[in-house]
Amino acid sequence: MRFRARGDVVPVLLILLALIAAPFFLSIYGLIVLTEILTMSLFALSFNLLFGYTGLLSFGQAGFFGAGAYFAVLTLIHGPGSLWAALAAAVIGSAVLAAVIGWLCVRLDEIYFAILTLGFGMMLFTIAHNWRSVTGGSDGLGNFTLPGLNLFGHDISLFHPVSFYFLVLLIAALGALLLWRVVGSPFGLLLRGTRENSLRVSFVGANVRAVRLFAFILAGALAGLAGALFAFFNRIASPEMLHWSFSGKAVLMTILGGSGVFLGPAAGAAIFFVLEHVITAYTTNWMIFLGAILVVLVLAFPGGVLGSLLDRLTRGRKGPPA
Amino acid sequence: MEGLLANVLNGLSWGMLLFLISMGLTTIFGVMGVLNFAHGSLFMLGAYLSMQFVRWVGSFWIGLLLGPPIVAGLSILLERFLLRPLYGRDVSFQLLLTFGVMLFLDDGVRLIWGAAYHVVDPPPLLSGVIPFFSQSYPVYRLFLVVLGPLVGIALWAFFAFTRWGKILRAAAMDRQMAEIVGVRVPAMFTAVFGFGAWLAALGGALAAPHQSVGPAMGERIIIESFIVVVIGGMGSFPGAFVGALILGMLNSFGTTLLPDVQMALPYILLAVILLTRPRGLFGAEA
Repeated sequence: MRFRARGDVVPVLLILLALIAAPFFLSIYGLIVLTEILTMSLFALSFNLLFGYTGLLSFGQAGFFGAGAYFAVLTLIHGPGSLWAALAAAVIGSAVLAAVIGWLCVRLDEIYFAILTLGFGMMLFTIAHNWRSVTGGSDGLGNFTLPGLNLFGHDISLFHPVSFYFLVLLIAALGALLLWRVVGSPFGLLLRGTRENSLRVSFVGANVRAVRLFAFILAGALAGLAGALFAFFNRIASPEMLHWSFSGKAVLMTILGGSGVFLGPAAGAAIFFVLEHVITAYTTNWMIFLGAILVVLVLAFPGGVLGSLLDRLTRGRKGPPA
Repeated sequence: MEGLLANVLNGLSWGMLLFLISMGLTTIFGVMGVLNFAHGSLFMLGAYLSMQFVRWVGSFWIGLLLGPPIVAGLSILLERFLLRPLYGRDVSFQLLLTFGVMLFLDDGVRLIWGAAYHVVDPPPLLSGVIPFFSQSYPVYRLFLVVLGPLVGIALWAFFAFTRWGKILRAAAMDRQMAEIVGVRVPAMFTAVFGFGAWLAALGGALAAPHQSVGPAMGERIIIESFIVVVIGGMGSFPGAFVGALILGMLNSFGTTLLPDVQMALPYILLAVILLTRPRGLFGAEA
């Protein structure tokens, strides 16, 4: 594992350099698409901590994503108009929600876990949709101004796509780094252990529920962070962001890229949005293509696009996958 | 008092539609172990086909007779060529594949029939209202209330008393053993999937005059029938019946008594039942 981790550093640094250089050769439109991809990558990566590493299929992840969006926007409207305060509110708020909901959900697994998380996500959706006086109902909350960023005495306006892009890149990269450290740590090993055989992990003395709960809270907090960025990006927090079909997007992107590779969900997000923008240029029936693509992928690329690609590259050079 | 009765009947008619869908879902899960995300879309397809037959030949009954077998035929192809290669793999892949099929079908009907909602009139025999104390009540809804339990009892009798029902139950219990004694399990799975799809499409065809036909109808009912199946206990018919009744009542009484939280009531019920009885009301405790 350690050997592989070191071997992965070079390509990851290259990707990071390319992302930093992107504003200098991409059009504004391309940059906006890339911003969206990075935001959703963070969301999908947080989902994959549960799905790929812990073996828990959560269909309620959009609940935390959307809650983060609402916490951030509400902080901007009613609380201090600072960007960092809004982001902190998103992270803390969704972490607390995830702690409460996770405490109940981690008792179950497999399909029951999936359905129960879906149920809690939809309860949060109902709150966002029906508590009109606070959340603005089905119209959402769009009535806020994005504060500027004070950096070394310079005020930087985030209305400019390039500066907003760098903010999203910074946060998504930090979030990914945190997740990378977590899955590479002994705790990450414990997560994979509970995925493979939770009974045995409890035999060696680990508290499986506590392990799962911690993963659930971390995933919820990062999903909330991604949701806050998404709300800033779209200038609105709306109830659809909490709907189960939005959770389905995270699931889709993760499987598309490959849940067994750390950056698989990010690759899936990139494929998803590039395809969406290409296909919707020709037809509005993008879902029919997405459905067909998903069916082909599930049948032909069991490890996802990035997963199967890496598998093919490394086959023969290294031994069987660990 | 009259409001209460109307609520009960509304709850019953919606509950019976849910019961029809959930029976297919729970049969497929109970026998094959597959959780079919596309089930709601098959229901929707049944409703659209019924609407199309009403337009072509003007008869609701022809649509009810011909629509569901077409959906069942499509589903047999789906099972044979898409689902079968996945049986050896993780359950989540089946969930994802059927999720993809759902996206495909939901957008497919939008492509063919447009995004607008369509209205289907009940057949002449069942149209109109009957006097009900001082109010009136649509005959068609009463028809649904009567039909649901009849289909349920027929299905239960099939599983309990016929030779084929026994073979199915045996294969659900122990697939390998059933194969050893000569049951052709793959062919049986295909048949069960087609049958479940037929039930879903039948529900859709019956739902067409009850609600408007639109591309979002599958998405709503799939989640509600998931809830029915899970709270009743996966694979259990009595469970599906009770679950569907509870959800139907929750829907009608919730709308009149607690309109603000009505949308969340099924999910709250789901959470309470799953956390107190993790395998549902009628499920075998793990």
